[in-house]
Amino acid sequence: MTAPTIRPAARAPKAGKKKNSRSLSLTAVTAIAVVYTLLPLFWLVVSATKSQEKLFDSFGLWFANDFSLFDNIADTFAYQDGIFGRWLLNTLVYVVIGAGGATLLASLAGYGLAKFDFIGRKAVFAIVLGGIAVPPTVLAVPTFLMFAKLGLTDTAWAIIIPSLVSPFGLYLMWTYATEAVPKEILESARVDGSGEFRTFFSLALPLLAPGAVTVLLFNIVATWNNFFLPLIMLKDSELYPLTLGLYTWSRQANTVGGEVVFNLVVTGALITIIPLITAFLLLQRYWQSGLSAGSVKQ
Amino acid sequence: MTRRSWIGWQFTGPFLAVFALVFLAPIGYSAYLSVYRTQLVGGTAFVGIDNYTKALSDPQFWEAITRVALFLLVQVPVMLILALLIALAIDSGRLYGASFFRISVFLPYAVPSVVAALMWGFMYGTNFGLIGNINEALGTAIPNPLAPEWILTAIGNIVTWEFIGYNMIILYSGLKVVDTSLYEAAAIDGAGEWRIIRAIKLPALRGPIVVATIFSIVGSFQLFNEPQILDSLAPNSITTYFTPNIYAYQLSFAGQQVNYSATIALIMGVTTMVIAYLFQRRSMKGAGS
Repeated sequence: MTAPTIRPAARAPKAGKKKNSRSLSLTAVTAIAVVYTLLPLFWLVVSATKSQEKLFDSFGLWFANDFSLFDNIADTFAYQDGIFGRWLLNTLVYVVIGAGGATLLASLAGYGLAKFDFIGRKAVFAIVLGGIAVPPTVLAVPTFLMFAKLGLTDTAWAIIIPSLVSPFGLYLMWTYATEAVPKEILESARVDGSGEFRTFFSLALPLLAPGAVTVLLFNIVATWNNFFLPLIMLKDSELYPLTLGLYTWSRQANTVGGEVVFNLVVTGALITIIPLITAFLLLQRYWQSGLSAGSVKQ
Repeated sequence: MTRRSWIGWQFTGPFLAVFALVFLAPIGYSAYLSVYRTQLVGGTAFVGIDNYTKALSDPQFWEAITRVALFLLVQVPVMLILALLIALAIDSGRLYGASFFRISVFLPYAVPSVVAALMWGFMYGTNFGLIGNINEALGTAIPNPLAPEWILTAIGNIVTWEFIGYNMIILYSGLKVVDTSLYEAAAIDGAGEWRIIRAIKLPALRGPIVVATIFSIVGSFQLFNEPQILDSLAPNSITTYFTPNIYAYQLSFAGQQVNYSATIALIMGVTTMVIAYLFQRRSMKGAGS
């Protein structure tokens, strides 16, 4: 009976002290940063409710007297025979296979590097760490030239294969696996005669989950946001991801005879960011703990 | 031992196979391309280091490099200092609603650069954009951010907006692993908040700051998406050699100069790696002394 009363009592002075030390002025100054980061998103939400004329002639940061959000959404999905839905589907496919595959490969390799002392391990490590410093955009043109020779350009593989590798993801999984999977568990599994891959999937992977979710989230962002690679690899608009599709819609305004569809670009942009923002809000606990685990090693 | 060794390779093998295909092979292939030249008359010929000497005396390439170097020297420090201040403020425990601040500042990271550039590009517009609204409403004369003399600043703002939260989270995570008993001990010794920041927090952040800086260096040198997208809204301000990457892209796709384009990409890749490596070595050496 006494134990539960001790804990709140012990906590109370600390909480009280914290409350007193809160500062309104520091909160107000930091709020400027939040205004900076959220204002453009607010602009996007407001603008998605406007028809094209209102987009041009009403004040940007407040709603116009017409509310066209649902018309805009319907038009976005109907324009050019509903190609936007196709782009959304393509993006999902690229993300599931690309980011999912990249996370699996990074988890396997990070675990392998952390838990097995094999010949050539150091060399693998050096090469992959060097890979972190290679900007993906710099690789894009050479990869295009090579894929063109292999006949892979203008296929979904041209987008999926390059997104399967994330050196930084491997680095995070390696630090995470080193800390989170105790050697003793693996030893006892070996004694029980469990195969190494079975041990990995049944014992190690659950322990690696928070790190793997972090890596998955960052891979999802990278794949969802991928622009340069699709831009150079794809000609067929049926294969475009959302980013490239929105870009071509916004460029229509520059081409002779092209239809100006800025309201659809804005609404499409809003639809594009909602899934990612939702994922980050729902999985906060994971990516925040995963990132701090990564920073222990530094 | 040999069995264990084989198992380790089985775990890392799939990653390495794809890594070889999309990292090592393209680098090797562009190295191969860079020593040849394809001409309409005469076909492909081995030219040794000709493409490299051409690049080093190419004023357009130099202009592009100078531009990203300037961008790196101004935008990266501004962004990292702001990210550091926000991380320190959130970590101080003196904010109301600290977790709201953390997630709100991080949110732009989830926005694709295409969307970020389009959004800011529309807002920058002086005719129908937000800048135009403000000028009209307040009678101010904010210059057009999409004009040639302001475009690099305008891009710097977009990139800062996109990555300030990401860097803040890296730094904030570094602060969270500091042993809080150090703060208590310092407070008992009568150290103020600034003293604790200088003596405990900043030294603890050395590693995360190095990591954030290296990512920013890599990001600056590969600048492509934002200028490429703004090009449709500000065609007069973005040249075909605005950044090294845009130049390499234009050479490959508009100019058909594949060999020279591969050379430019390779030079940029190697330069980025060398600078990142030198920076990391220098800053780690400082930590030892």
